[in-house]
Amino acid sequence: MRLANIFHLGIKELRGLLRDPILLGLIVYSFTIAVYTEAKAVPETLNNAPIAIVDEDSSPLSRRIADSFLKPYFKPPAMITAGEMDARMDAGTETFALDIPPNFQSDLIAGKSPVIQLNVDATRMTQAFSGSGYVQNIVSTEVAGFAAADIDDRIPSVDLALRARFNPQLNQMWFASVMNVINNVTMLAIILTGTALIREREHGTVEHLLVMPLTPFEIMAAKVWSMGLVVFVATLLSLIFVVQALLKVPIEGSIVLFMAGAALHLLAATAMGIALATLAGSMPQFGLLLMLVLLPLQILSGATTPRESMPEAIQTIMLAAPNTHFILLAQAILYRGAGFSVVWPQFLWLTSISAGLFAFSLLGFRRSLR
Amino acid sequence: MRPEAKSTPAEPTYVARLTDVGHSYGKTQAIAGISLDLPSGRMIGLIGPDGVGKSSLLSLISGARQVQTGEVEVLGGDMRSAHHRDRTCPAIAYMPQGLGKNLYPTLSVFENADFFARLFGQGREEREYRIATLLKRTGLSGFEDRPAGKLSGGMKQKLGLCCALIHDPDLLILDEPTTGVDPLSRRQFWSLVDDIRRERPAMSVIVATAYMEEAARFDWLAVMDAGKVLATGTPREILVHTGAATLDDAFIALMPQERRATHKAIALHPPADFDAADFAIEAEGLTMRFGDFTAVDDVSFRIRRGEIFGFLGSNGCGKSTTMKMLTGLLPASGGTAKLFGKTVDPKDMEVRRRVGYMSQAFSLYTELTVRQNLDLHARLFQLPADTISARIAEMGRRFELMDVMEALPEGLPLGVRQRLSLAVALIHSPEVLILDEPTSGVDPIARDQLWAALIELSRKDRVTIFISTHFMNEAERCDRISLMHAGKVLVSDTPDAIRKTRYATTLEEAFIAYLEDAIGETAASSAPASSTADDGGKFTATRRHRAFDLRRIWSYSLRETLEIRRDPIRATLALIGSVILMFVIGYGINMDVKDLTFAVLDRDDTVASRDYVASIAGSRYFIEQPPLADYADLDRRMRDGTLKLAIEIPAGFAEHVARGHDVEIGAWIDGAMPQRAETTRGYVQGMHAHWLSQKAREIYGDAANGQFSIETRFRYNPGIESLVAMVPAVIPLLLLLIPAMLAALSVVREKELGSIVNFYVTPVTRLEFLLGKQLPYLALGMMNAVLLWLFAVLVFQVPFTGSLAAFATAALLYVAFATAFGLLVSTFMSSQIAAIFGTTLMTIIPAVQFAGMIDPVSSLQGIGAVIGRIYPTTYFNIISRGTFSKGLGFDSLIEAFLPLILAAPLLIAASAFFLKKQAR
Repeated sequence: MRLANIFHLGIKELRGLLRDPILLGLIVYSFTIAVYTEAKAVPETLNNAPIAIVDEDSSPLSRRIADSFLKPYFKPPAMITAGEMDARMDAGTETFALDIPPNFQSDLIAGKSPVIQLNVDATRMTQAFSGSGYVQNIVSTEVAGFAAADIDDRIPSVDLALRARFNPQLNQMWFASVMNVINNVTMLAIILTGTALIREREHGTVEHLLVMPLTPFEIMAAKVWSMGLVVFVATLLSLIFVVQALLKVPIEGSIVLFMAGAALHLLAATAMGIALATLAGSMPQFGLLLMLVLLPLQILSGATTPRESMPEAIQTIMLAAPNTHFILLAQAILYRGAGFSVVWPQFLWLTSISAGLFAFSLLGFRRSLR
Repeated sequence: MRPEAKSTPAEPTYVARLTDVGHSYGKTQAIAGISLDLPSGRMIGLIGPDGVGKSSLLSLISGARQVQTGEVEVLGGDMRSAHHRDRTCPAIAYMPQGLGKNLYPTLSVFENADFFARLFGQGREEREYRIATLLKRTGLSGFEDRPAGKLSGGMKQKLGLCCALIHDPDLLILDEPTTGVDPLSRRQFWSLVDDIRRERPAMSVIVATAYMEEAARFDWLAVMDAGKVLATGTPREILVHTGAATLDDAFIALMPQERRATHKAIALHPPADFDAADFAIEAEGLTMRFGDFTAVDDVSFRIRRGEIFGFLGSNGCGKSTTMKMLTGLLPASGGTAKLFGKTVDPKDMEVRRRVGYMSQAFSLYTELTVRQNLDLHARLFQLPADTISARIAEMGRRFELMDVMEALPEGLPLGVRQRLSLAVALIHSPEVLILDEPTSGVDPIARDQLWAALIELSRKDRVTIFISTHFMNEAERCDRISLMHAGKVLVSDTPDAIRKTRYATTLEEAFIAYLEDAIGETAASSAPASSTADDGGKFTATRRHRAFDLRRIWSYSLRETLEIRRDPIRATLALIGSVILMFVIGYGINMDVKDLTFAVLDRDDTVASRDYVASIAGSRYFIEQPPLADYADLDRRMRDGTLKLAIEIPAGFAEHVARGHDVEIGAWIDGAMPQRAETTRGYVQGMHAHWLSQKAREIYGDAANGQFSIETRFRYNPGIESLVAMVPAVIPLLLLLIPAMLAALSVVREKELGSIVNFYVTPVTRLEFLLGKQLPYLALGMMNAVLLWLFAVLVFQVPFTGSLAAFATAALLYVAFATAFGLLVSTFMSSQIAAIFGTTLMTIIPAVQFAGMIDPVSSLQGIGAVIGRIYPTTYFNIISRGTFSKGLGFDSLIEAFLPLILAAPLLIAASAFFLKKQAR
């Protein structure tokens, strides 16, 4: 093994990348526009939820309730009859249907504890759960405002001072922007190294390299460092300029520590790119494999939904994926300001997974050259 | 301009007449205003090196390519008219350039031939008879079940000929049919063509070739260079016209003056006086086995220092493998290879430093300039840094590359690129040079230039040259040659000696004699060829033209099915890709938040405070952790992520509550993941309120004024489980994504690999082609639908409450839409990778964002709402959710069915409209 060879071959890869406008465009797009727009586009918890109201009371109170569902959380409520309700919910026209019973207002004043029925289409998970909370809140507020009842001051007031740490406003964008950067790290590392190897093989230049005094290790290491470096730099720039400067997301912990983790992850991801490319043989097959590999990696690693709500078996399987550890590490460092004393287990995991993947890819690469 | 030498006036009819035909690809002009009349009933040759426009011309004549300028008249009609093309294409057979280019490599010999026979609408009996006859005549009987991709070059071309002749064409167009084929197969190929012409004298044959020896046998020639016709006439007329002895020389004589200026006839170099014992390369019993296949079988030879040693043989006969073993690229399975008396060890990098290698295709980095290429190789060979620029300059001068140093290789002529390859191979002054077919596709002038350089290297610098070639005149220039066949060296000697041993007049004849000896019975099998030719008019070529033929649809469907079955990656994706993705999405995109870890900093530690904690710990959402010691502990455990919630109960909590004083409980949630934090907040607030109302009830009973309650009914999914909600919405997404992508790939793949030409030149119509492609994917899509349904019900245990018939019908209509969508996408895409990403973008974004998977279509606005209303996924979503969760059937879903019924036919019609029946 000669470092000079690895260096020169890597420079060649970088020159090749410079002349490939499509890949360059993809890199720039993924780390700028894609991060920005996807972070901005994260839907708020409740947006334009369609609601219908069956007003069997037709009292000032029931009208007051109906008028209190406002944009942007709700669409203007559709006033329907009790008979229409089921059909409309079956067709999925509305997610919520609020049924105000006859004599609601008078029963309330009479202290008869009337019951309002709220029907929720629970097949719409995104709106159903948080939305029903909103609806209940709105109705309670309106009823309380109407009754203006003499609040019994003997009820103890036990306040709950609820604070969210690390992201006090629970700003979705903070989370989405950084996770997008991280997903792009994996995607681009795999695509860049994979296509670099396949292009080389399709042009017959691999054979050419092998008659020179070069080892497969040198050829692979050159691709890993060069493509890894490109993604590394792009990640750093994206984090500083797009996430911190443009999206104004505060980063709690040390970027240096995070980038050290990113470097380890890149080693694993680029090795995976090589392994996929040796398996696939041609560019289209690589594209298909990519779909089957990248999606599980990104979705099941904890970047989209919390790890702990996945089945135990999946959590265990995903421990073998570098993404899982990279995301744990990134969340700890970037959001919670954790130091190395906290994230060292992730570093250990990443190191061993990277080493394993690299060795596996090298083996596959050697075999594919036969 | 009509060329001077005209065909004999005795021939009144023309099979094709070209008038002022021009053709460009982007800015590159391939044909520059050619006018040419091709006489019928003859064997016509288009000769000239690669890239002079021969292939473009042939594809125009065959109707595979759209005429840009000028007139192309074939078989008495204008090829610009679609009607004429429809009528004549059953009479034309076209075999494109490249070994087995229009064949399907994973299909067997019989399946390939059968595919073509079906395309021409032949019945079962006719197909079997014709295929059996043709395979027998071409010597392919016995290989019916071998995949076309595993045939040797010669066999591929014979199979290509079988497929071309399956429908008794009047015009046979062959584009370089013998390039890369060994001399014996070449001879067999031509004798087969001759036989068939004897039987059907009316048939015209147009052949493009780069082999001038071959062209000498043709009836009539058109010599082409740089998109123009230089001369036409019989071979004799051309020789007389140019005063040359061979067609090679005639070609050079016909070239423009400025190109000829650099040409010098290759001087017959004196036989080198070799030092008898000084061997550069020695191979002794070299053997290479891959599994049970022996690629190289007991090969021995010795090459002396400074010798030019030629290697001849067909593609795939083991030449490249032998070369790889000599360079140490491949460890030999048996025998020894020695370089300069030292055994080659693949691990020994020193050997590689003494060897220069130039591979068959141009394989330098097109993204690096000429100088960068030379520089990279110099560095990789570890030339001292201070000598590199001098060495590059030296190579640049020697191979006349100084003017193009900063240019990218892509834009350079083939001849210059080959010189660059040679310069790169020599950058480190190797003692041995290994060249794998360095001259294929290069014009005779550039070829001679390259040879001049090689001879100089050998004679002046004493570089040992090991070269493989297909050209006999190049073989003649070698000091010694070896003929390889099926992994064995048949003979190894000087060209003269080989000729003399076989009493042959030419080297080619001698080789054929050796090959025939090696193969044995081949000569016998080709002899009775003409006798089996008698089909006695049993099946006369039926030139019926049907507007719609189920057989042609079936032909494409069958072929597609076979191909998928033999491609592991696509088959996996097609069969279980959607299940894998459903698994991932079902478990991954999970809105449930549970198993949240929490700990308490209880400064009160009374019954009341423990009661408060117990109300949280008892919830199924929370898991209690050891209590917190102090704020530092809280901070540390939240930072390392082991706590998602921390609660602080102040000292004196119980007392305050009992006395009705205000008291505040502190709670911190981990906000790192906002969606989870939001849900956690909801849980905590809910439990807090519940605890409060319980306390109130304990104290006052339930008769408080202004009380009312809200009864929330979570319909269709009472457990509010993510899986129940997600799975019915994920099925429409997956049934769109994968079938659409596979259908798009099926067409774009053919475009990229070149077999789309079969669609261009056979009678299959656009609609038949599309439906034929769609059918297998429709079936696969339905299999996916069944799998997804089973998986949803059995593994995810999502209850299915509605009508299965309604779901199945909707799934069929929807998959028909999905595949039609893929086909529509494919009409606009030309590379597979673009098709993969294009289909992904065009399906995932609308299906996820606008089709009601997450937000209901009714809450969308603007363009999203418009797309949501017209995108069929919206309607299948309604049906899927309706039948899974809401217990619905046809009657309540009728409105959602209407758009689904319309979608597929509309898209197929659009695809048929946009699909081109010709290349541009």
